[in-house]
Amino acid sequence: MNTPLHLWLIPLLPLAGFALNSILGRGLPRWLVTTIGLLAPLGALIVVLNAARGLIGYGAGLPALPYVETCPNPWIALGSLRIDFTLALDQLTLVMLLVVTGVGFLIHVYSVGYMKDDPGYARYFSYLNLFLFFMTTLVLAGNLLLMFVGWEGVGLASYLLIGFWFTKKSAADAGKKAFIVNRIGDFGFLIGIFLLLSNFGTLSFANLSALVAANPAWTGGVFTIICLCLFIGATGKSAQLPLYIWLPDAMEGPTPVSALIHAATMVTAGVYMIARTHFLFDRAPIALLIVAIVGAATALFAATMGLLQNDIKRVLAYSTISQLGYMFLACGVAAYSAAIFHLMTHAFFKALLFLAAGSVIHAMGGEQDMRKMGGLRKKLPVTFWTMTIAVFAIAGFPPFAGFFSKDAILYYAFQQGMNGKILYGVGLLTALLTSFYMFRLWYMTFFGETRSHDAHPHESPWSMLGPLSILAVLSICGGWIGYGEGLGRFGEYLAPATGKLPEIAATPHLELILSIVAVLIALEGLLIADKYYRRKPERPAKVAAAMPGVYSLVSNKYYVDELYGAVLVKPLLFLSRYLLGWVVDLGIAGGVAWLLAGLANFGGAILQRWQSGNIRSYAAWLAAGAAVVLLFAMTISAGGWAQSLQIILKAMGR
Amino acid sequence: MDLLNQSVPLSWFLLLSAALFALGIVGFLLKRNIITVFLSIELMLNAVNLSFVTFAHQWHAVKGQIFVFFVMMVAAAEAAVGLAIIIAIFRARGTLAIDRIDLMKR
Amino acid sequence: MHVILFAVFAVFCLAGAINLLVQTHPINSALSLIVVMTSLAVLYLLLGAEFLAAAQVIVYSGAVMVLFTFVIMLLNAGREERTLGSRVARVIGLPAVVAILAVVATVILHTQGLGGAAMSQGFTTTEELSTVLFHELLLPFEVTSVLILIAILGAVALARVEGSSADDAERTGQ
Repeated sequence: MNTPLHLWLIPLLPLAGFALNSILGRGLPRWLVTTIGLLAPLGALIVVLNAARGLIGYGAGLPALPYVETCPNPWIALGSLRIDFTLALDQLTLVMLLVVTGVGFLIHVYSVGYMKDDPGYARYFSYLNLFLFFMTTLVLAGNLLLMFVGWEGVGLASYLLIGFWFTKKSAADAGKKAFIVNRIGDFGFLIGIFLLLSNFGTLSFANLSALVAANPAWTGGVFTIICLCLFIGATGKSAQLPLYIWLPDAMEGPTPVSALIHAATMVTAGVYMIARTHFLFDRAPIALLIVAIVGAATALFAATMGLLQNDIKRVLAYSTISQLGYMFLACGVAAYSAAIFHLMTHAFFKALLFLAAGSVIHAMGGEQDMRKMGGLRKKLPVTFWTMTIAVFAIAGFPPFAGFFSKDAILYYAFQQGMNGKILYGVGLLTALLTSFYMFRLWYMTFFGETRSHDAHPHESPWSMLGPLSILAVLSICGGWIGYGEGLGRFGEYLAPATGKLPEIAATPHLELILSIVAVLIALEGLLIADKYYRRKPERPAKVAAAMPGVYSLVSNKYYVDELYGAVLVKPLLFLSRYLLGWVVDLGIAGGVAWLLAGLANFGGAILQRWQSGNIRSYAAWLAAGAAVVLLFAMTISAGGWAQSLQIILKAMGR
Repeated sequence: MDLLNQSVPLSWFLLLSAALFALGIVGFLLKRNIITVFLSIELMLNAVNLSFVTFAHQWHAVKGQIFVFFVMMVAAAEAAVGLAIIIAIFRARGTLAIDRIDLMKR
Repeated sequence: MHVILFAVFAVFCLAGAINLLVQTHPINSALSLIVVMTSLAVLYLLLGAEFLAAAQVIVYSGAVMVLFTFVIMLLNAGREERTLGSRVARVIGLPAVVAILAVVATVILHTQGLGGAAMSQGFTTTEELSTVLFHELLLPFEVTSVLILIAILGAVALARVEGSSADDAERTGQ
């Protein structure tokens, strides 16, 4: 007997939480707001766990995957176009849902402690629940249009949460920047949707995948264009080149928001989307190559920028962009399961990194500059140990989670012929840089002497430390599931959803050799960071002085924001101010209004002179009117309307 | 003695009536004193009366003459009320010139 | 002889009307109008309307014009000053008058079937008139009397002086 899974509860519970907290939140007592805010994601998590109980062996009575729930009334039914509200659960969706609701719930719990003193408490939780609603919709969507609804919605939630402290101008600006840059990507996504619709007539994943599978000869051409358009959307949402600029600025939002949205879940939506539509990408090898190149380039580029940042959250932001680049690299070499695996492990350790950073910031009374931190190891023990685990995980040390996933990506990249070797090299270099700047962060924050004498660091409450601990455990053992040939049990599980991993030429011990190389690289990064930031802390300054040009270029993020500003923003502003503002708005619209008013005025002025109050002119007009009537009467009686007009016209002409 | 049988063409009466009417209009267009304007209106009424009587004669219809009778009655009533108004205006404005009796701002 | 009578009194009419226009003092205009009305009475006689001729003299020139004269004298209206005439009245009004006159004259001159007026064609007797008036048109007749009543009331109300000693006397007398 198959029990229904009630997938619709997963998005709707957070939506209810959003509605309640946003409408009633201000008036409710804080404990009630917290309860509503936590119950909603907890409820969603419970439904997901119920659906996932087959993974741990209690799968009796679970319906088989893929499991689909459709609303009986279609969303759009116009002629041949039919789009339904379909929620579809397959292995990929289940993994994503576990990550989203699991990590999401932990971050909700963390927020209770972090946002304790904030006056916008209820608003925060309502936005967080809103985000969860849209994200689960995105993940559960059974067709591209519903996914797009979720896609846009998470962008909206991101805007609201980045600009949460909207009274601060930088925060409000960051929110706007995020939304606008996302929109540019969404434009590409929409074009992709339109092309898909016009070429295949359907947007449902199941139908599209069946259609494509039934025609093995279809490749290239229109697929390439569609996939590139979809990829543009992914670059916007997942902060790849050239649309990554919003993510560092998004750190203006509260730290739990950065953890949830800009590390674990929203930015991974692009990766998820590509994995979901992998059957299209498989038919467009050129598009895949571009995806891989962009991913690798972004990974390296962002890693270089993370080297010199001083704000702890900015380092983590660039690190996120870099790791996302890895995931796209994996997609680009058609190892979709590897990308999802890295997505999962990254969610664990990146969320942990952000939350721990939040704990540090909270302890330092709001200070985010690492140059003012130091020696926190003894004062914040739990934070220190959890963050250490996360740093080792992201650097790729075994047996932590990051090692398995990063390794798998590099391995599959290496297999892809000549291009693959280059991509592998780039990935390896990025791994070195990642290890270096993460340990730099570690050393600067926790070791050495306290550089700030105003702060009184104290350990955070258990509402914050609890999620940290749980995530730390996950960061340790989260990768073990992918151990083994072809990503082990993880890859096996995902294969029906994301396709088989690429065939590997069985070179003996290649994987082992590559793993050892990766670990050595990570170790090298640790040692360099140790030298520069623990043993000889004066060295970095000397190196910076030796290469002033390069140093300033990198520490100013290659002036990309300034470049965009000059090339794109300024001309647009100019155009809108002068062309649209003056010409269209003032000139045309204002001119038309002025003209109409002028006509009315003019007409009125003319007619006004008739009402002069002069009785004699009235009398004259009376006489004139009588004359006209008489003329008409005479000519009409002489023969008809038309003839009378003719007679008058002739008389006037003469 | 064909005297009694000589007839005046009715068109002459009508032309006279038209001329009197036109002169009446000229009067109310050009005269400045209210009372004189009123007199011109009376002139117009009389001209119309003449044409009514003329047509009554042509068609041998007594009703034409009765209509003239009614016109006279109405003219009398109108004269009474109109003159009362003129008196009231004179009291209020102190002048009988129609150009000066207007409250509408130009 | 008919024609001579007509000619003479038509000339009187026209002369009186033109005089009305030409004179500057309203009393002169009123007196000219009396001349016009009396001449018209004779013309009515020529057309066989004896009762109307009498009514014209008695009612119109005898009562209405007298009323006019009273008012002129009461208000002590002086000579008309020469002032700026209304330009509109001249520019639009006079051509209109000419047009009206032309139209009507054209129609009259082109109409066939108009007869002539001769003494031998008989009069309309008062008896005939009153038969129609009191039989078929009784209602309009009665209504006219109501109209005149209203006119009287209106005239009295309009011409009354507000707050005059006559009023005070009335009020204190009550």
